[in-house]
Amino acid sequence: MRASSNRWGFSEMSNWKVFCKVEDIPVLGSRRIARPGSTDVAIFRNTEDKVFALLDRCPHKGGPLSQGIVFGESVACPLHNWTIGLADGCAKAPDVGCTQRFAVKVEDSQVMLDTDELSTLALGQTVVADVVAVGAETAAAERPSV
Amino acid sequence: MKKMKLVMVGNGMAGVRTLEELLKIAPDLYDISVFGAEPHPNYNRILLSPVLAGEQTLDEIVLNPIAWYEEHGIKLHLGKKVVDVNRARRIVIAEDGTEEPYDRLLIATGSNPFIPPLPGKDLKGVIAFRDIADTHVMIETAKTHKHAVVVGGGLLGLEAANGLMSRGMDVTLVHLAPWLMERQLDDVAGGLLRKSLEERGMNFRVETQTQELVGGPDGRVTSIKFKDGSEAPADLVVMAAGIRPNTELAQKIGLHCGPQKGGGIVVNDTMQTITDPRVYSVGECASHRGIAYGLVAPLFEQGKVCATHLAEFGIGRYTGSTTSTKLKVTGIDLFSAGNFMGGPECEEIVMSDPYGGVYKKLVLQDDKLVGACLYGDTVDGSFYFKLLREGRSIADIRDKLMFGESHLGDSGHAGQNKAAAMADADEVCGCNGVNKGTICKAIKEKGLFTLEEVRKVTKASASCGSCTGLVEQLLMFTAGGDYSAAPKKKAMCACTDASHQDVRDAIRSEHLLTIASVYERMSWRTPNGCSSCRPAVNYYLISTWPKQAKDDPQSHFINERSHANIQKNGTYSVVPRMWGGTTNSSELRRIADVVDKFKIPTVKVTGGQRIDLLGVKKEDLPAVWQELGMPSGHAYGKTLRTVKTCVGSEWCRFGTQDSTKLGIDLERALWRMYAPHKVKLAVSGCPRNCAESGIKDVGVIGVDSGWEVYVAGNAGIKTEVAHFFCKLKTAEEVLEYAGAFLQLYREEGWYLERTVHYVARVGLDYCKAKVLDDAANRKALWERLQFSLDGEPDPWFEFEKAGVDARQFQPVGVL
Repeated sequence: MRASSNRWGFSEMSNWKVFCKVEDIPVLGSRRIARPGSTDVAIFRNTEDKVFALLDRCPHKGGPLSQGIVFGESVACPLHNWTIGLADGCAKAPDVGCTQRFAVKVEDSQVMLDTDELSTLALGQTVVADVVAVGAETAAAERPSV
Repeated sequence: MKKMKLVMVGNGMAGVRTLEELLKIAPDLYDISVFGAEPHPNYNRILLSPVLAGEQTLDEIVLNPIAWYEEHGIKLHLGKKVVDVNRARRIVIAEDGTEEPYDRLLIATGSNPFIPPLPGKDLKGVIAFRDIADTHVMIETAKTHKHAVVVGGGLLGLEAANGLMSRGMDVTLVHLAPWLMERQLDDVAGGLLRKSLEERGMNFRVETQTQELVGGPDGRVTSIKFKDGSEAPADLVVMAAGIRPNTELAQKIGLHCGPQKGGGIVVNDTMQTITDPRVYSVGECASHRGIAYGLVAPLFEQGKVCATHLAEFGIGRYTGSTTSTKLKVTGIDLFSAGNFMGGPECEEIVMSDPYGGVYKKLVLQDDKLVGACLYGDTVDGSFYFKLLREGRSIADIRDKLMFGESHLGDSGHAGQNKAAAMADADEVCGCNGVNKGTICKAIKEKGLFTLEEVRKVTKASASCGSCTGLVEQLLMFTAGGDYSAAPKKKAMCACTDASHQDVRDAIRSEHLLTIASVYERMSWRTPNGCSSCRPAVNYYLISTWPKQAKDDPQSHFINERSHANIQKNGTYSVVPRMWGGTTNSSELRRIADVVDKFKIPTVKVTGGQRIDLLGVKKEDLPAVWQELGMPSGHAYGKTLRTVKTCVGSEWCRFGTQDSTKLGIDLERALWRMYAPHKVKLAVSGCPRNCAESGIKDVGVIGVDSGWEVYVAGNAGIKTEVAHFFCKLKTAEEVLEYAGAFLQLYREEGWYLERTVHYVARVGLDYCKAKVLDDAANRKALWERLQFSLDGEPDPWFEFEKAGVDARQFQPVGVL
């Protein structure tokens, strides 16, 4: 698991909160963390029990990624079948675009996310189509360096 | 570990394609060196014709720039002709003395133009049309000289003649046979082609043999003399009398070559030379099962097989290709494949409109399409080519065959069928909004050659596929690729080489019950498939082994997991079931109450006679279902959707049968039926057919004496009128026959294949044999369907039994 960091890169400011257990997420499935006033965050679980978190919004036309089919370390967007990498939030070629990713920590089967990230990154409601594409680029640019 | 050394002799399209395939699957296995006799990196030789015609530039046809070789660490020896190979010591020797040792050697020397041994063939101004240098000579000569003669009226000769003419030369084309392109066209099509080119100003001398080329004092050709004594002025003579595999090096180093005049280096199915297993050969120089191919698609297939073998995967065999031909002369559409001449054993279907410039000939033998020759309208070329390769019986579509695949409606691209006539801004793919310019740009810039590649990069024709013919034409004109020689067997997806049929067969014959066991048994490349193969495999398991194989909810598209239709903004639509399209006041009242209570923004009547509630939030779905208190309409699944009915004899003054009752009975018997794709039925009470039975998977029409049953209709992208299947006396019979037909489709259809496609694939006669002629089989099918459906839960009310994960409706937490 990578070191957590918020958008400014200050890792010491992390504020981990337990949201669920790994078992609460279906294998090759996902759950949502609601962020009132902002787009939900989707958390995914693969067959190796790795857990990933992405903004629940496809960089293409804003589809809810939490509703997609999970395979390997990817999810297929339910609207137009773009394949989004769970680890980096980026579309697989030839499609282009990224969605915001969020740090996840799993300890003793407890799934934790950083509330600082959740309350600061990719805020606002889902907007559709072209506007999202611009937002997606911004999100990619803002992604903290690993 | 020390890398092995791979040396390639020849730097052309087939060879470099092989390297590309190899680098994709085993990038670090070899140190690679390439020898090219020409001073250029790999370019698209097929596009020399458009370059000559001034439609493209040389820069545009380079496929792999020098940087590509550097990027992949390939040592490139340009302008060095290989003159010898010491096979004992495994060293390649070039003309200038350069040596390269090898562990594996790939010979891809291509072909040489055949120059007939005529007096004067070595004069200045006498050239072939094979490489960039020849093209340069032609372009330069056109600037300073007037008279050009092209010898040979085949594909290449015509393209050369057309190019020279467009550069302002006065061109005479000399041809030995009585008509042009006699190896690709019959006499009629050849005549039309000649007429069209004559109208553009080209001169022809057919059935004419050349005697000699006459030179002037400066050593340059001045005229051409024919056997009949006549003569024509000539400042430039282009020899296009065919090509021969370039086996000079191979013969010198003792590799076995084919005996006949055109014989190439003999290779086996893994593209190894039969003389020396360390030495491979691909491309125009290779002779596989007696054939040296000259078109790009088979050569790329060879390259792929060769690459997997070089990569030591040991999979894949090349087993030969059926090829087709198209001419790259702008404004002339021409297609031929197979045995286009016909013969005593064959039958022909011909459509000829010489004034309209359209000619189509289809050659049939034993109810199969064995050849096609199209002139003027080639949009159905790929359709015929597919039928030809598949070798399926066309008896059931014979009456419509001549009109092609698209005659029954072709939505999405404004009925266009000539890509060349379209403007760059014109939309080709209506589903994905891709215009002609975008496709051509992608083909050029990304070096695309196949339909699949274009679909992947641009999405054009990747959704409904109705514009496939147009995209193929664009590929033809832009890349010159012989796009259509796709392999007979298509892999399910990138996770596997297995086809849909392979997977179905294995699941049945080996009694496989889980997705994991299928993936293991069939050596899937990915741990848990992808969004395209996993739903398919899951369907094959539960349809082959009902009540044994367990349905996997995570292998369903979201609509079948949430039992509602996802909309563009992430909300859902809910369609409650109304048997046969009938409802009553209490259902309508409940619907109205639900709409108010859950603030559902849109209520719409559907084409299938149901009521659609759009814009329901996912969290509200379970409560909406409960309060509606109506069964799931399955409007979201690969399932029976609706049975549409007219009011029938109960009310209608024309009605002959009680269509509403039969529709309700059918719907009650078949609801919850999952299938390869959605299934729609209709029942009309008289031949006025108000329920539109003619465009349904199963359509029933009441007549005074009983019921007519139609199957495999489709109202979608390609509107297809259903085929008459049988006439029955009673409603009970309709249930049994319709059910048996649908069960056949459920057991044999490929995932996402509608009945229209399934029946097109297996043939209506096959379905009739299984359902109509074989009563025992019909009853068995009908029983198996009932067994499958027995006890199937309603997913709106029986979450546990239906495997509905109720957790999905609530967030796991709130920030």
